[in-house]
Amino acid sequence: MSNEKIQAELAKYEANVEKAVAKFPERKYLPEKRIYTPLDVKGDEAYAEEIGFPGQYPFTRGVQPTMYRGRFWTMRMYAGFSTAKASNERYRYLIANGGTGLSCAFDLPTQIGYDSDDPISEGEVGKVGVAIDSLADMEVLFDQIDLGKVSTSMTINAPASVLLAMYIAVAEEQGVPADQLRGTIQNDILKEYAARGTYIFPPKPSMRIITNIFEYCSKNVPKWNTISISGYHIREAGSTAAQEIAFTIADGIAYVDAAIKAGMNVDDFAGRLSFFWNAHNNVLEEVAKFRASRRLWANIMKNRFHAQKPKSMMLRVHTQTAGSMLTAQQPNNNIVRVALQTAAAVMGGTQSLHTNSRDEALALPTQESVTIALRTQQIVANESGLADVIDPLAGSYYVEAMTDRIYNEAAEYIKKIDEMGGAVEAIEKGYIQKEIQDSAYKWQMDVENKRRIIVGVNEYIDENEEPPKGLLKIDASVGVEQCKKLADLKAGKPINKMTKGRDNDAVKAALAELKDACKKDESENLMPHILKAVKTYATLGEICGVMREVFGEYEAHVSL
Amino acid sequence: MDIVEELLKGNRLALSKAITAIENEYDEATEIMTKLYPHTGNAYVLGITGPPGAGKSTLTDKIAKEYRSQGKTVGIIAVDPTSPFTGGAILGDRIRMNSLTMDEGVFIRSMGTRGSLGGLSHKTADAVKAMDAFGKDVIIVETVGVGQSEVDIVKAADTTMVVLIPGMGDDIQAIKAGILEIGDLFTINKSDLPGADKLVREINMMLDLDSFMTDWRPPIQKVVANQGEGISELVGSVQTHRDYITEKGILDQRRTKRAKDEMLDILNSNLSRYIKSRIVDTGRLDSYVEQFQQHRADPYTVVGDIMSEMLR
Amino acid sequence: MDKKVRVLVAKPGLDGHDRGAKVVARALRDAGFEVVYTGLRQTPEQIAEAALQEDVNVVAMSILSGAHPHLFPKVVNLVREKGMKDVLIIGGGVIPEGDIPALKEAGVAEVFTPGTPTSDVVEFIKANVKA
Ligand code: B12
Ligand SMILES: Nc1nc2c(ncn2[C@@H]2O[C@H](COP(=O)(O)OP(=O)(O)O)[C@@H](O)[C@H]2O)c(=O)[nH]1
Ligand SMILES: [Mg+2]
Repeated sequence: MSNEKIQAELAKYEANVEKAVAKFPERKYLPEKRIYTPLDVKGDEAYAEEIGFPGQYPFTRGVQPTMYRGRFWTMRMYAGFSTAKASNERYRYLIANGGTGLSCAFDLPTQIGYDSDDPISEGEVGKVGVAIDSLADMEVLFDQIDLGKVSTSMTINAPASVLLAMYIAVAEEQGVPADQLRGTIQNDILKEYAARGTYIFPPKPSMRIITNIFEYCSKNVPKWNTISISGYHIREAGSTAAQEIAFTIADGIAYVDAAIKAGMNVDDFAGRLSFFWNAHNNVLEEVAKFRASRRLWANIMKNRFHAQKPKSMMLRVHTQTAGSMLTAQQPNNNIVRVALQTAAAVMGGTQSLHTNSRDEALALPTQESVTIALRTQQIVANESGLADVIDPLAGSYYVEAMTDRIYNEAAEYIKKIDEMGGAVEAIEKGYIQKEIQDSAYKWQMDVENKRRIIVGVNEYIDENEEPPKGLLKIDASVGVEQCKKLADLKAGKPINKMTKGRDNDAVKAALAELKDACKKDESENLMPHILKAVKTYATLGEICGVMREVFGEYEAHVSL
Repeated sequence: MDIVEELLKGNRLALSKAITAIENEYDEATEIMTKLYPHTGNAYVLGITGPPGAGKSTLTDKIAKEYRSQGKTVGIIAVDPTSPFTGGAILGDRIRMNSLTMDEGVFIRSMGTRGSLGGLSHKTADAVKAMDAFGKDVIIVETVGVGQSEVDIVKAADTTMVVLIPGMGDDIQAIKAGILEIGDLFTINKSDLPGADKLVREINMMLDLDSFMTDWRPPIQKVVANQGEGISELVGSVQTHRDYITEKGILDQRRTKRAKDEMLDILNSNLSRYIKSRIVDTGRLDSYVEQFQQHRADPYTVVGDIMSEMLR
Repeated sequence: MDKKVRVLVAKPGLDGHDRGAKVVARALRDAGFEVVYTGLRQTPEQIAEAALQEDVNVVAMSILSGAHPHLFPKVVNLVREKGMKDVLIIGGGVIPEGDIPALKEAGVAEVFTPGTPTSDVVEFIKANVKA
């Protein structure tokens, strides 16, 4: 059919529908059109340039040529709570049950660079992640896990350098050289300022630490993903799909800029950059988002930064299903939501995936709930057929049109952010935060006004619902135990698997050396100094304390 | 609790309650003000105005710290806009001053404009007096910062600082009209951003053309508030201005003018309250209006009658 | 006479989850309240002192990190110690059912958990505030 013909038929159809829907209240507030046709997509000429083939620029259809025809994505369950010992048991359980990568959640004191015995940590130790105070805890966390085999992702940002150093040190003790280590540190400070909240230092020294890590790893830990540029948290804080990829790619641009400014060659580090997306409830919109993001990043790396290697242009992505879509009401329904979100991530072509548990809105997940969440991935992989064909939704009028729409919307945002002077400036101005908050508030009001129905929350409510039972509870004694061990460590007594106590003079010397290095400019790489300090069993709080003294602390920019 | 007695003894909760009574026009507010009045007149009042986002709150935080390091106690009143539609407000200045919260020598109070249009709330001046009576050495008043109509601050402050930032483009032209004549000091914040020097030149040019010019030439200072750069110099300029207006008798003139304005304000608002209670609340207004509509009376004659009735 | 309800929306402890707190703050503003938001990482001492200086009628805390058993009661005690007997203290976030009785015992008037419409919060404040 020619375009004119389609146009005419469409007009006829629309006229008919108008009559038909006049009798029913149509769900008119929906942002999308009723149907999509060939008129909504570009012709075949655009195929090579904008869609192409898997593993080829612009990677709209996926970053590897084989995708899941080769192997499935990495099933990586985010976990960590209480002590290193308890978390180690959970990790080994997940590996035993077919989990193919580790993902460590740290408690808030660890993420903000405080020891468990810091007054500010009171009540928070081990609550939402594992407490790591020193190398001695890290040794326990990875006990009996071969770091030469497993790939480990660590959700750690402001103190990423310290945790990475601890990981390298543990590997060394296991006899695994650094150049064999595979894994990821999140290391994305910009989204901490904008959406996640575990920042420590101001932007300038933070960016220096990040580029120091890029440089150190490119030479010493070449298989390590040095950053996971994260949209997940931006989305969870309330953004839209287009905002998620726009703000994240803008952050990515800022990191690439910083590394180039620090004297690195784009192709030396860009291949180790990775991304982190959210898989939300609207399945098709999410698939379009994944596809749009790959095309956008490839375009930027090629045309803006003149990357040469295809690897530098690939947006490789870890995904987590949207926790904020899971409800405290009728929690078993969450299993279904997660299955749909998983479908979105898989049809979107993710490289690895965490699926949330049904108790998401209630507490950290129980082992049983985590197992269901992991099984959900395995079912989608093996039983649903969704992983059998690469980029199965390509060519759908709707999905292609939406891919374009999200691409354009995101590109528009990036342009605006460029005009403000880049992501750092836009965050400093509070612009990105404000956009996210506006979307979050709109979402909340849409739910309260029932423009959006959330099953079990504002419709299909079960008045007689019993409070859920058997939730995971973190004992308050974790904090006490952790502090006791820390006191011993600081007093020079051996703890955990240590054979002898730490040498406090060596600790002091290493910290002094680190402090001097911090004071120098960014050409002085901090990583070797941090590694040295970590090996003396200097604590995370001691190390970050020294850095705080030199770098100062970030003050957040809140505007409501 | 006897609010006044406790306030004068240095009880922070009493100060807080006094400001609430003033702000909400509680019945006891007049009595509180009456009793506090003799204890006022000792604090120096610094007004800070400028467009939203210029860094007024950040600057207030840093200036307060500078005064603290000089051993002075500080009161801060930060005004934010009240929504004319809902009457609600987000009072967001305090968040930039969080690190002052635990300093006992500092007291921060946020206020909504509650319908006032001049950049402060109607009760800001009285709240300043309460802090003054409490014994604060310096009181910093941060205005809403909507730009053109920020004139109230001049009435409330001894020294008025206007904060501007580079990159405002043509905005400066618009702002100029309302703000140029009220500035005793011009502060160019965010001088870390490009365009600060250009802005200094522009303001200088405007000051050159300014016909109000006395022999006080407002200094124009560049600062970077969020990094604390240039703050002690800035506070130095406040002192220089203070010395200047003290010596020239201008401070006295300003305070005299303020006393007059205040007296008239109080008189005005009491009168209108009185009129409201006698004319509006009693239903007399409605019956007059009915007569006007039937052309049985006219408002001029009626008002004349009322005036002679009330002033008898 | 203009009696405005003043609310301090506070984030005690290290928790960085602020989506809920910000949504609630905005909703309270739109309901006609004057809202002071503290931002992240406030100690109980800072929250109590801010409540005093701002003479708020309501202290509204949000915690999703599980530190509520420690932090909520601490704020309540400090606020009361400072002589603010009438201040309504409420909390919200990811708070397990089982923890709520103890929090109420400690003086938290009500606890709002995920899925609560903000209008419920507004109604609760209007019904219980002493202004
Ligand atoms: C969004 C989210 C995030 C976002 C936060 C973005 C942001 N800027 O806020 C991101 C992705 C960054 C994030 C990160 C983390 N998260 Co999180 N997150 C969530 C999630 C999915 C939704 C929370 C949310 O915002 N909902 C939407 C808002 C509008 O709802 P709400 O906050 O519940 O608020 C409503 C009510 O609770 C109530 N309310 C809330 N506060 C207040 C206050 C007052 C005064 C009143 C009256 C009412 C009220 O009213 C609101 C309107 O209905 C929850 C799980 C869930 N579904 O609840 C996990 C959850 C809170 N996170 C969790 C964890 C562990 C983390 C991490 C610590 C993980 C880690 N180890 O790194 C990090 C660290 C974050 C940090 N800095 O503290 C856990 C906490 C476990 C616990 N308490 O036992 C949860 C429960 C998930 C889980 N089961 O594991 N998270
Ligand atoms: N680049 C830069 N930003 C600043 C400076 N001073 C303040 N800011 C930022 O400007 C924003 C607005 O500041 P704020 O004090 O709230 O402004 P106000 O609305 O005038 O009170 C905040 O994000 C501050 O951190 C500065 O000197 N340089
Ligand atoms: Mg301000």
